[in-house]
Amino acid sequence: MKGDMQYDSSGRLRHFLTIEGLEKETLVHILDTAETFISFGKREIKKVPILRGKTVVNLFFENSTRTRTTFEIAAKRLSADVINLNPSRMSTSKGESVLDTVRNLEAMHTDLFVVRDAHSGAAYLIAQHVPSHVAIINAGDGRHAHPTQAMLDVFTIRQHKREFKNLRVAIVGDILHSRVARSQIHALNILGTPEVRVVAPKTLLPTEVERLGVHPYTDMRLGLKDVDVVIMLRLQLERMQGTLIASEQEYFTLYGLTAEKLAHASPDVMVMHPGPINRGLEIDSEVADGPHSVILNQVTNGIAVRMSIMAIVMGGQADRKQA
Amino acid sequence: MGLAITNGHVIDPANNIDGTHTLYINDGFVAGVGDPPEDFEAEREIDASGLIVCPGLIDIRARLREPGQEYKATLDSELSAAIAGGITTLCIPPDTYPVIDTPAMAQMIQQRAWQIGKSFIHPLGALTLGLKGEQLTNMYSLGEAGCVGVSNALEPVRDTVVMRRAMQYASTFDLTVFLNSQDPWLRGNGVVHEGEISTRLGLPAIPEAAETVGVARDLALIETTLARCHFNGLSTARAVDMLAHARATGLPVTADVTAHNLHLTEHDIGFFNTLCHVSPPLRGQGDRDRLRSALKEGVISVVCSDHQPHEPDAKLTPFSESEPGISGLETLLPLTLKLVDDGVLAMPEAIALLTVNPARILGIDSGHLGVGATADICIFDWEEHWVFDRHRMISRGRNNPFQNWEFRGRVVQTLTGGEPAYQR
Repeated sequence: MKGDMQYDSSGRLRHFLTIEGLEKETLVHILDTAETFISFGKREIKKVPILRGKTVVNLFFENSTRTRTTFEIAAKRLSADVINLNPSRMSTSKGESVLDTVRNLEAMHTDLFVVRDAHSGAAYLIAQHVPSHVAIINAGDGRHAHPTQAMLDVFTIRQHKREFKNLRVAIVGDILHSRVARSQIHALNILGTPEVRVVAPKTLLPTEVERLGVHPYTDMRLGLKDVDVVIMLRLQLERMQGTLIASEQEYFTLYGLTAEKLAHASPDVMVMHPGPINRGLEIDSEVADGPHSVILNQVTNGIAVRMSIMAIVMGGQADRKQA
Repeated sequence: MGLAITNGHVIDPANNIDGTHTLYINDGFVAGVGDPPEDFEAEREIDASGLIVCPGLIDIRARLREPGQEYKATLDSELSAAIAGGITTLCIPPDTYPVIDTPAMAQMIQQRAWQIGKSFIHPLGALTLGLKGEQLTNMYSLGEAGCVGVSNALEPVRDTVVMRRAMQYASTFDLTVFLNSQDPWLRGNGVVHEGEISTRLGLPAIPEAAETVGVARDLALIETTLARCHFNGLSTARAVDMLAHARATGLPVTADVTAHNLHLTEHDIGFFNTLCHVSPPLRGQGDRDRLRSALKEGVISVVCSDHQPHEPDAKLTPFSESEPGISGLETLLPLTLKLVDDGVLAMPEAIALLTVNPARILGIDSGHLGVGATADICIFDWEEHWVFDRHRMISRGRNNPFQNWEFRGRVVQTLTGGEPAYQR
């Protein structure tokens, strides 16, 4: 029921709002398609005409240069026309609602919205109120979901580890506020990862986190023991309010990724981080730049994965427009 | 003027009446049940064969939005909705704009309702000026102006000294204090119960402890002041147990529960359904079950709508930005009757929760069919099965999550002061 509105009546992906509720085949299809786009970035002519004549709006109610740029590059490589908008919440709170903004843009015959908002559920709300031929991709909503980031993370894992069925993965840091972690957990579980762990002090672990299908750890050395993948989350200090972590020093001592802690993991462990990195807070520079780190691969893969998702949600659009 | 409501199944829990009788009304007052009073002449008759006849319902907490938020609803629109829901008396919290913290405001609202006719309104006065939690209101004068109690509505009284003195001062004039006990810090900016759903959807959470800490604090103050207090809308099993214990030790405390908290849980939020954004939040299954058993045990003695009509835009936003509340006047009776249909309560118990029990807490002579009572009557058809459609509500606010629910029992006619006020 929950994931249903992401599929059209023929079972094709029409919106990409959350990983939760998606079929394993859908995720694999996205990853396989992204694979074919990887080589494009290295060519002299980087464009394909898949979205020629289509208009993509990057609608970022919450600012993010990095994510928006990768979506913009992805859309342009698919030959779409791209418009970037950052309507401030100030102006929306002065009368124009999120839906008003979307309806206005829709009237300009746009085809795809890439939406980011600081509030959980925003992309879902918009998807409920657009006509059937308009697609929505969630580029991050509050603490809820950041599904394209999770897809590029599992893409990177698959590049290095080939499959998920024997993996132990640990996600470390602010699980409570992290939309990235929630989406990663769903993606890893759907793809058949046998063991997903979350590692954080109790203040940063959400209630009943086990119900998402993870094993919580508060001791990082135990949490990292024999894992094949470590995903470090960015700690947003402005959210910590002085009571979620006691101090940066103590946090780094306990949960910062150092070579010593990483030694508890499997010898061929890979280290990931969605960026931007707080060096010396979440992760030691030695590790971030070390041989296990795949952090820069993640950025490159981000474009291919977003091209794949855009191409797939737009794939069935012509039919939906007729219907 | 004599009116006879003939052959209905009369249920009047206050007088232990539960059987087929004719109800006699003279000049707007109940003149008798069963045997006709002497010299009674029926000028009019209502045939209530096959229908249930009970006292007009009392909704102990409903926000009608006037004055101050007429873009959401008006007294006129909401009193029409109330009467269609069988509700003839409403108690309104003081958080109108401006706040009911002066006798003039209290009188003005009652007069407006009086002009409109239909249901009666009993306001609560503010516990503190402007609901700011700092300075006490002129509670004696508010009581004289018709306020049936005092309350700080949804605004917290953070300072325990202010709360203690407010209880002492209110009890000086025998005014009941209506409490919305939630710890403001634990509540924070939360919008849903802290549990599986808040974790899955990534929504700011309200832990159970927000209510238990709030109720525990206020119970401790009630122990020292012995002020008569009523807890608004308990939502957790833990708080119910604390209340049961306090009542067993003889403290003068009562409580109500909202009709929706008896039927919905956090899982009904599904995927960001803002119609299920309510305060206190929808809790877990165990909480819902405990709230139901508390009704059976008499620990909680009132079901209310906690009516909060909204304009559509208030719910067409991301969940945490949407305004909390349900437009519930028209589903108060159906949801309470559903507990009868589900075998949780006997019919007279259910009726008592909506009539005599709230009347006693409000200290008003209403909610019963004793001789001399104002003839506020609700007549409903217990055998009618129907499907609720929120788009056909009479209330200006259509923010109600029970779309397409199948209900048993529907209001046929409502009388106030012996006069037909609503007929379907």
